[in-house]
Amino acid sequence: MKRYLLKRLAMSIVTLWAVITITFILMHSVPGNPFAAESKMPKVVYENLQKKYGLDKPLTEQYFIYLGNLLKGDLGDSMKSRVETVNDMIERGFPVSARLGVQALLIAICFGPALGAFAALYQNKLPDYISMIIAIIGISVPSFIMGTVLIQFVARNVDWLPIGGWGEFKHTILPSFAMALMPMATMARLMRSSMLEVLGQDYIKTAKSKGITRAAVILKHAVRNAILPVISVLGTTISNLLVGSFVIEKIFGIPGLGMFFVKSINNRDYTLIMGTTIFYAAILITMLLLVDIAYMFIDPRIKLTKEGR
Amino acid sequence: MSKKFLTLMSLLLVMAIVVTGCSSPAKEPAPSETPSTEAPAETPSTGEKKILRTNNSSEPGSLDPALAQGTHESWILSNTFEGLMTYDQEGKVVPGIAESYELSEDNLTYTFKLRDAKWSNGDPVTAHDFEFSWKRALDPELAADYAFQLYYIKGAEAYNTGEGSVDDVMVKALDDKTLEVTLEAPTGYFLELTAFYTYYPVSKNVVEANPDWAKTPETHISNGPFKLVTWEHNAYIELEKNPNYYAADQIKLDGIHFDIIEDENTAWQKYEGGEYDILATLPQAVAAQMSAENNPELVIGNQVGVYYYNLNSEIKPFNNAKVRNALSMAIDRTVIVEKITQGGQMAAEGAVPYGLTDETGGEYRDKVGNLIVEDPAKAKQLFEEGLAEEGMTVEDFNKAGFVLLFNTLEAHKKIAQAVQEMWRTNLGINIGIENVEFQVKLDREKAGDYHISRGGWTGDYMDPMTILDLWLTGGAFNDARYSNAEYDKLILEAKGTADQNIRFNNMREAEKILMKDMPIIPVYFYTQPYAVKPNVEGIYKLPIYYPTITYANIK
Repeated sequence: MKRYLLKRLAMSIVTLWAVITITFILMHSVPGNPFAAESKMPKVVYENLQKKYGLDKPLTEQYFIYLGNLLKGDLGDSMKSRVETVNDMIERGFPVSARLGVQALLIAICFGPALGAFAALYQNKLPDYISMIIAIIGISVPSFIMGTVLIQFVARNVDWLPIGGWGEFKHTILPSFAMALMPMATMARLMRSSMLEVLGQDYIKTAKSKGITRAAVILKHAVRNAILPVISVLGTTISNLLVGSFVIEKIFGIPGLGMFFVKSINNRDYTLIMGTTIFYAAILITMLLLVDIAYMFIDPRIKLTKEGR
Repeated sequence: MSKKFLTLMSLLLVMAIVVTGCSSPAKEPAPSETPSTEAPAETPSTGEKKILRTNNSSEPGSLDPALAQGTHESWILSNTFEGLMTYDQEGKVVPGIAESYELSEDNLTYTFKLRDAKWSNGDPVTAHDFEFSWKRALDPELAADYAFQLYYIKGAEAYNTGEGSVDDVMVKALDDKTLEVTLEAPTGYFLELTAFYTYYPVSKNVVEANPDWAKTPETHISNGPFKLVTWEHNAYIELEKNPNYYAADQIKLDGIHFDIIEDENTAWQKYEGGEYDILATLPQAVAAQMSAENNPELVIGNQVGVYYYNLNSEIKPFNNAKVRNALSMAIDRTVIVEKITQGGQMAAEGAVPYGLTDETGGEYRDKVGNLIVEDPAKAKQLFEEGLAEEGMTVEDFNKAGFVLLFNTLEAHKKIAQAVQEMWRTNLGINIGIENVEFQVKLDREKAGDYHISRGGWTGDYMDPMTILDLWLTGGAFNDARYSNAEYDKLILEAKGTADQNIRFNNMREAEKILMKDMPIIPVYFYTQPYAVKPNVEGIYKLPIYYPTITYANIK
């Protein structure tokens, strides 16, 4: 197991390095540069700026300088902000996005599987249709529409709910819901189908025939088996939610990390592009690693149940 | 392994209970922090203080005047700093930190006498601060984007470009209250420039002691009507009245709260929901609707800006003035401003927008007149003549697959489609339209890799020169690659003289030449529609600035 972990860790580092290198090459091969604004900036000032950020050096040299700094944990200065470094921006933006992400995750986990389980128990009856309509809306309505709808119909009518902005708990309520909808719906659908499968299993019949109450059968036997597929999607869901959503953050005016992913590219803010990409890649790789480790524990259990059957 | 399995299962069980338990009581989800977040009881106290609330649509890149680049910085800076000169409500340049000034016989040397003004930390504002600030903005090490705004000062360009020494920059504090500036050439609008943000002073003591002074509110020392008290990055900025400001009695607000919300629609929702007193950028559809309803909250602000199309004169047949003029004549600008932009924009009458004054103090455009001709029939004739001169036919033109390039934005697309249709019906030509990302458009324009491209320019100072010097041969933003010796001569002569008659005569002549050659097709003059709540007074707009909120009052 130790060997497996070490191997996985080494693979992760190689993956991260590949992400860094590919991003670096792609970023420098698209047209445009951070200082090409519509202003009358003379050539020399432009060159001063290039020099200040080391862009006058050959690309390979820039690449190795960047890698060197990265090893020291220094992501460099943003080329657009003269106030914050890339490290500052991530340190400030990540907690904001992560807070929304955690809240959205809690909402999704609270309601998604429950909705799915509920639907499965009342298969092809009214509750099933209602839950699945909610899930389909959640999956198919894009978040920018959901955000706008929430602002228009909820925030505008509920006095204490702000329309957008940041600062207090009340600012986080609507965006958390808007972000939660998609993962919640996904979980609900996954839960419904796996629950239906589990409910048809022999051991549920056995449990029922033993005279256990319906509630106990569902809670102790059905739900805890059916929830496994939901857990397997948590790795990507968590990393996506944690780093924030560009759309939600833009619509609700939230100072999170999600904004930087798109804005950095529009501005050709090279250091910020690299910083956010590396950060996201690192989180994603870590999460996938954790899920894989979790599988190692789950694996024998699956064998066990198979044997038990 | 089975023990681990059991722990995992029990964990899952706990989770399952949480899951099912969660669904029945409809609890408020996830109060991730203690109730203290709900607590801050700010509501009762705000009734006392007059805080103007609005939105600054983008995070400032810096609140150091030397490093500022655009409106998202200058709107905050113009409320926290003041230059030697400033503007009054009518847009006239009046003394600010300077009390008076003298100009030498040769129109080259200004001597400013400073009033008794103070920094927000109580220190006096001295001429040494100005000398320090301007030289600092020119320091190549600082790499300030807007340093070129100081090139009017003798020796400034050489120092900024690394060819001269800081000691040769001709700005000098003669004593604490006297500043002497010598210019490279007589500049008719130099006083206006001293009201521009690159010319704002910073405190020599503060900046020398702490190079990072502009990054935190505690060390951000300014000399204007307000001072910075909070800067939550990407969230909001709060200003508080500066009691040390020399004209503090004229300031009625206790503070200004700027949200930083990029989404125009969200900001509009907040304005409509009563969370803002003024909103300076409106979604285009909102402005159009307010305008149609004659909503009294809407103000159509003047703006010195022109929206135009570049014609790449290095590509046949756009090298032909007849072809270029025909393309211009075939456009119905009234339809564009009335049916598409709908924000009170004006059909272009030349390259220089309305709102600038001439040598007599009157409107600049009055003496030039409307230089734009719209005549579809004549356009077609001229177009065919021009093509024939280049040995082309309309079929050749259509086969060449010319494309109109613009940066991705719904508003640009609508105008491009309308123009495409006007050219098709009036000239019988097919021009494709292509949208690319803004940075890509700039790159392609610089490389000359385009046929027709959308351009736009807003003035940096209140003089027609802010627009007209764009098309000097080889100019950095002469994307049309226009070159006319006579035009260059007129513009350069106007730039080098303080004689207002010569300056304005030359600029008028130059604009006429430009519109005869038509290297760019002006489409419309910009406006800035903004919205103000009825209980707010004292907000007005000067053409090159965002609405002035400094002297606002909330009733």
